[in-house]
Amino acid sequence: MNIVVCVKYVPDATADRRFESDNTVDRVGVDGLLSELDEYAVEQALQIKEKRADGDDEVTVTALCVGPEKAVDAVRKALQMGADQGVHVTDEAIAGSDYIATSLVLAKAIEKIGAETPVDLVMCGMASTDASGSVVPAMLAERLDLPQVTFASVVETQGDQVRVKRDGDIATEVIGGTMPLVLSVTDQTGEARYPSFKGIMAAKKKPLETYSLSDIGVDAGEVGLSVAWSSVEDTTERPPRTAGEIVKDEDGSGATALTEFLVSKKFI
Amino acid sequence: MSEVLVVVDHVDGAVKKPTFELLTLARRLGEPSAVFFGSPDKGAEAAEKLGKHGADKVYVIDDAEIKGYLVAPKAEALQQLVEKTSPAAVLFVSGYEGKEVAARLAIKIGAGLITDAVDVEDGGVTTQSVFAGSYTVKAKVTQGVPLITVKPNSAPVEEPGSAGTVEEFAATISDSAKKAQIVASQPRKASGRPELTEAAIVVSGGRGTGGDFAPIEGLADALGAAVGASRAAVDSGWMPHSFQVGQTGKVVSPQLYVANGISGAIQHRAGMQTSKTIVAVNKDEEAPIFELVDFGVVGDLHKVLPAATEAIESRKG
Ligand SMILES: Cc1cc2nc3c(=O)[nH]c(=O)nc-3n(C[C@H](O)[C@H](O)[C@H](O)COP(=O)(O)OP(=O)(O)OC[C@H]3O[C@@H](n4cnc5c(N)ncnc54)[C@H](O)[C@@H]3O)c2cc1C
Ligand SMILES: Nc1ncnc2c1ncn2[C@@H]1O[C@H](COP(=O)(O)O)[C@@H](O)[C@H]1O
Repeated sequence: MNIVVCVKYVPDATADRRFESDNTVDRVGVDGLLSELDEYAVEQALQIKEKRADGDDEVTVTALCVGPEKAVDAVRKALQMGADQGVHVTDEAIAGSDYIATSLVLAKAIEKIGAETPVDLVMCGMASTDASGSVVPAMLAERLDLPQVTFASVVETQGDQVRVKRDGDIATEVIGGTMPLVLSVTDQTGEARYPSFKGIMAAKKKPLETYSLSDIGVDAGEVGLSVAWSSVEDTTERPPRTAGEIVKDEDGSGATALTEFLVSKKFI
Repeated sequence: MSEVLVVVDHVDGAVKKPTFELLTLARRLGEPSAVFFGSPDKGAEAAEKLGKHGADKVYVIDDAEIKGYLVAPKAEALQQLVEKTSPAAVLFVSGYEGKEVAARLAIKIGAGLITDAVDVEDGGVTTQSVFAGSYTVKAKVTQGVPLITVKPNSAPVEEPGSAGTVEEFAATISDSAKKAQIVASQPRKASGRPELTEAAIVVSGGRGTGGDFAPIEGLADALGAAVGASRAAVDSGWMPHSFQVGQTGKVVSPQLYVANGISGAIQHRAGMQTSKTIVAVNKDEEAPIFELVDFGVVGDLHKVLPAATEAIESRKG
């Protein structure tokens, strides 16, 4: 079985994230890392691999990232966690791509990865921690003409069947599908493992390929900032919230002050 | 003027408030038409309310054949409706479903997509709040029919019209769209409180509750508020995941957010930082949540909240 996990390299949320002068996300000047939410996808892929190993089903997990040179770190981290091989798609023309172009590059890369052994499962995080669009998995499904089973909080696979639990907008659902399909998972699926020392050493020897756009048959004119189907006109840092009033509760004074505040703001 | 399609978010015909907000925004871009997936009966019923809120026309797409499947059939139906109506834009409520239907539609019709807008102006310029609320971004779709998903509480609800005209729309759904099947569905139990993402006031509790949410619920009820929780409270099993506020839970933007026993981690902030007024009760004066607040009480929530609830109740008389 062949699994591709899409892992994104994102600016660290605890650093000061910012934009470049052309209104694209600064992905170079700010420290980056494998998007936390994609670790859950890597973890679930590894669990599927481990479970299937008992049934003598050989599973290959490929970590796939589209991003600038530094983004290879996201692939490395996935390899350290236990993925078997990595693919990093990088090309100057990709910079500033929107969801549409990113999903195109990912889809073409997935097709190339599956050229010999077809891909059974494309796994994603529920959202990237920078864009938080939650749309790339659905776009991938559309581009690859696959069903999507998304926002899974529990994942089960058996043969070519996938069953997940999904905490939807208005109901908790069980969703079923037949592979191949696109699967996205939430942080409810359970903590992701830390790379072990052994894993870190082993990762150095794992195959890691770099694809350019021409390797995957995408024209440079189809991606990047200049052809994005939406444009950012302006980015402004929100003024910091003005410091509020803070009181210490002493013998019930806190409750009184709180009530008065709520009354003064007409919430009561 | 062209039509603007608004995809209706409803439960069994009961239209949810964010759809009415979309209709307000849609009127800035053209003539709003609502798109209702459901039974023709419920559609006719909903058309009255949708019309009152500004939808001149209501397209009803019978979902008998597709409601057991996830997302893809709706995107196909919308593609056909877009081809027929050439709308000026299509608006969706930002939720799992709205975003994913929009995502598939974007690829199908070759159109740009903007997610999580908090405002849409004339000409289709959107406002988004990004990086856990630390930046405001203005953007515009530059190719194809603009597809925009809008967060709840982004616009006022207005009632400019009268009942909308129903027009049934028969979509053709391919077999390949019917592959991700909803095997079972358990609707969430109604709490009797306002819905988290739509509420004007949200009162939340975190690890500091120690698992006792009674003080949180008490204050919420006194204020007519929805109840929320941090991930720590959810992970501890004190509250269901549907109550979680934050990056991987619900994103809320109420008039008032009251955080109790919540430290204010970045992932929690991502879900509440755009609230208009923020109040916190926390026994640690160093808690980062106090950096965000308009008003804060350093104290034990188990003492402060019940006393405040009582004071509020007695004021209301
Ligand atoms: C990928 C990822 C996604 C995440 N998504 C989310 C998310 O969506 N939402 C979310 O909330 N978190 C999320 N988190 C977790 C987040 O990082 C924090 O761990 C979490 O928000 C902490 O919850 P808390 O504030 O309730 O607990 P703590 O950080 O433990 O804070 C408890 C607070 O309660 C105070 N306190 C204790 N006792 C009392 C008392 N008696 N009276 C008053 N105050 C008291 C303490 O001083 C402390 O400040 C995510 C984390 C990751 C890694
Ligand atoms: N540049 C990228 N490289 C690899 N995977 C990505 C990339 N962008 C998005 N993804 C995947 O798509 C998911 C959702 O992303 P988004 O739609 O941006 O919120 C992420 O969790 C990743 O699994």
